[in-house]
Amino acid sequence: MHELSLSSAILDTVMRHAEDRRVNRVELTVGALRQVVPSSLEFYWGIVTRDTVCEGSVLELTEIEARVACNECDVDPWTLETPVFRCPGCGGSDVEVLTGTEFLVDSIDVEEEACTVRG
Amino acid sequence: MHRTRVRVAEDALDANTTIAQANRADFDRESVAVVNLMSAPGAGKTSLLEAVFREGLGDVRPGVLEGDVQGSLDADRLARYHVPVTQLNTDGGFGGECHLDANMVRTALPEVGLDEIDLLIIENVGNLVCPAEFRVGEDAKAMVCSVTEGEDKPLKYPLMFRTCELVVVNKIDLLPHIDYDLDELLRNVESVNPGAKVLQCSARTGEGVDGFREWLAGVGERSKAVA
Repeated sequence: MHELSLSSAILDTVMRHAEDRRVNRVELTVGALRQVVPSSLEFYWGIVTRDTVCEGSVLELTEIEARVACNECDVDPWTLETPVFRCPGCGGSDVEVLTGTEFLVDSIDVEEEACTVRG
Repeated sequence: MHRTRVRVAEDALDANTTIAQANRADFDRESVAVVNLMSAPGAGKTSLLEAVFREGLGDVRPGVLEGDVQGSLDADRLARYHVPVTQLNTDGGFGGECHLDANMVRTALPEVGLDEIDLLIIENVGNLVCPAEFRVGEDAKAMVCSVTEGEDKPLKYPLMFRTCELVVVNKIDLLPHIDYDLDELLRNVESVNPGAKVLQCSARTGEGVDGFREWLAGVGERSKAVA
């Protein structure tokens, strides 16, 4: 359900960089720990972009898995499948999240008028 | 007409973070510590605050920013304790926002009277999902989870449980009447957020409320330490 709030945040970011140009495509990187449901995000994206230069644009999501390392023992970093932040090697709880919290707008594809000179 | 790829490489919540930092600067200038208090609807945030304010916070002067989709029922309840309460309704936007973000808090700050308080408690909109995403410039995030919500909630809402330094388990007076495994909840909190502080209390009977009062007063003291 937070996908509506998140799509609005994405739209704000994209609009700032679009500078009134029509946007065709938005590339996003989303970490698993953000608990984003891609289909839900796409649904709300269609709604929040109505009557903006982003209307009809495609959201391309790259999902990053949650990788966690232990600070107490030398077990290899592991991928988190459930939200249990405990080391599978030593059972310790001093663990560090390496990836999985990302929520980045990577790039946008915009349409430029052929004759427009941008300085 | 041709297409251009524009590199953005920006956290989509950066705009919120920037405003949160501006709020933070205002709080620091007035030496006000801020707690962002979150929970599911009906967990007992307002009742807990009422229980806290019945005996006050000692030298710490509290204020409340009350976030609700609509109405001022909670603010009216708290105003009885002679604590300055500012109502912040979120229903002006997209059918009522389900959380407070930094900008909503910012628009309410002129009404809060930061110079008259030491501790601002922001009672967020009842919701275990969106409020966890949006910083508002707080010193500490705390949440209330009640024993009627189920022991598995930390595993279902890890984003919320991980972001809070304090988890208040409320309604413990109901434990004899329901099938609730408190130890399992505590294990689940520890799994999702190892080292989080957990307090058990009942806003209704007052049991354990002292612990929450002390924690709040402690956060209030942080601002004085800075000042």
